[in-house]
Amino acid sequence: MEDVKLMKGNEAVAEAAIRAGVDAYFGYPITPQSEVIEYLMAEEPHKRTGMVVLQAESELAAINMVYGAAACGKKVMTSSSSPGISLKQEGISYIAGSELPCLIVDVVRGGPGLGTIQPSQADYFQMVKGGGHGDYRLIVLAPSTVQEMADFVELGFELAFKYRNPALILSDGVIGQMMEKVVLPPQKERLGDEEIDKRYGSWATTGKKNGRERNIITSLELKPERQEAHNLHLQAKYKEISEKEVRLEKINCENPDYLFVAYGSSARICQKAIQLAEEKGIKAGLLRPITLWPFPSKEINKLAEQVKGILVVEMSAGQMVEDVKLAVNGKVKVEHFGRFGGMVHSPDEVLEALETKIIGG
Amino acid sequence: MAENILTPEEIIKRGELVFKKTKLMTDNELSYCPGCGHGVAHRITMEVIEELGLEEKTIGVAPVGCSVLAYEFMNVDMQEAAHGRAPAVATGIKRVYPDKTVFTYQGDGDLAAIGTAETLHACNRGENITIIFINNGIYGMTGGQMAPTTLPGMKSSTSPYGRDINMMGHPLKITELIAMLPGTVYVTRQAVHKPGLVRKAKKAIKKAFELQQENKGTTFVEIVSNCNSGWKMTPVDANNWLDKHMLDYYPLGDLKG
Repeated sequence: MEDVKLMKGNEAVAEAAIRAGVDAYFGYPITPQSEVIEYLMAEEPHKRTGMVVLQAESELAAINMVYGAAACGKKVMTSSSSPGISLKQEGISYIAGSELPCLIVDVVRGGPGLGTIQPSQADYFQMVKGGGHGDYRLIVLAPSTVQEMADFVELGFELAFKYRNPALILSDGVIGQMMEKVVLPPQKERLGDEEIDKRYGSWATTGKKNGRERNIITSLELKPERQEAHNLHLQAKYKEISEKEVRLEKINCENPDYLFVAYGSSARICQKAIQLAEEKGIKAGLLRPITLWPFPSKEINKLAEQVKGILVVEMSAGQMVEDVKLAVNGKVKVEHFGRFGGMVHSPDEVLEALETKIIGG
Repeated sequence: MAENILTPEEIIKRGELVFKKTKLMTDNELSYCPGCGHGVAHRITMEVIEELGLEEKTIGVAPVGCSVLAYEFMNVDMQEAAHGRAPAVATGIKRVYPDKTVFTYQGDGDLAAIGTAETLHACNRGENITIIFINNGIYGMTGGQMAPTTLPGMKSSTSPYGRDINMMGHPLKITELIAMLPGTVYVTRQAVHKPGLVRKAKKAIKKAFELQQENKGTTFVEIVSNCNSGWKMTPVDANNWLDKHMLDYYPLGDLKG
């Protein structure tokens, strides 16, 4: 029988983490994602699965606890919201540089600065383009439902361990806070220490047992030739991920005249706008990137040949629109629309923007 | 009695083993300056781990500073960490592997400036880890800048006329602060610039690792050390200066436990 519950997006992430057999969560409270750690603390997962949950003294400490535990081959995660993620960026860069698998959840709020606690998608640049120092990439998953908040926990870990790379769920205050029906995954067993040694013993610091050489986790290389070689290795990995792991959803894309490109809660608002457009006789479709990195550039480029114009809808002053323009490469008009700073656009506003910026523009 | 003392040549000839490098130090050439205390501190830490039979369960963390390359020399599983974050990294390791032995090896800039929050909170939570704190009153790796533990009047490249406490604040006795935290079980201050002190420091490190096996709380060993390069002194002068000035402000002995 299906295990169906009505849950907030933040709670769904937390419950899915317990069920995914996550070994540890390290976090620090920040609105609008504090329910993740609150739910975990109330659930006492150490009694259910042995999962560790710890409230750190700061986001800096939390991400470095993730670093330490992830370097041991454990399944480890953290969550935060935009200003907290800014603080985690140092650690994220180290985790990416040291090639450690982990899951990070960002429930985005409006900025810059302390900004607002209302929803936003203005963290696209800092998560998709890097954010921390150096040339690195995160695998970025963008859920648009509470169900995906739950599903992307296991998917995120699967990709993170497959490529030894941090994965990120880039959500927003809408998805984090709203309640929806969610089908919860079955409980997975946590890996035992012997199984971890078997799977990750070639790199994880678990104590150098049975005469093996010591394992070292580091992102430091003082010789530039070797640091360049490490970077080339990372780039080769990123290329492979770009080729194999693009995920997207197409809605109404059989033969549209116009195309929306939107992710997360903006994609859902665009779905309503498509219905409103239909009532006016306007044929519009939606391409929803599920992975923001790797970005579905090829599919967007292909659709650009079929439509008269593309409107990129995001709750920011225009961030993903840059990647869409690069993908379209001038083939067709691309415009941006979005409310930001904590404001959420309505379907009517989106349709109006399509009419004025693309159809009549 | 004098005829009973062997010359080095006689020792080699007779093949008697009087000292053996611990197998937990690699054969890599130390990157530290001649005269620096790091080498001795590394060695006695690794000797303790070997003597206690902890080789297969130890994970060390070395953050930014001269000792960031400790993993080149310490022959156990090691993690390099960002500046100041080692106690958080060690917390992450120990929480998922409570049966492993976890230690950090941190300098004064790392532990008492940029990593103050991580250090105090890990100690306050009573994480069952051992912190080895090398205090030489200066930033060695970046070229001799003022540290939180630089003494009043002491010259560095960012206090070229001496540390002015009115402008730059006072040297931080962080070990005294840490001793006040209920999460710590053993807090001590040692030194390694004289043979007798090396033996005492090794005993202290051993006690710290033994207490960690009993899950009693955080164990913290400060080692007041030198930095002849950063202090712009010969090794001998640096050790004499340490003896006279550093130990005056940072007196040796157990603060707790």
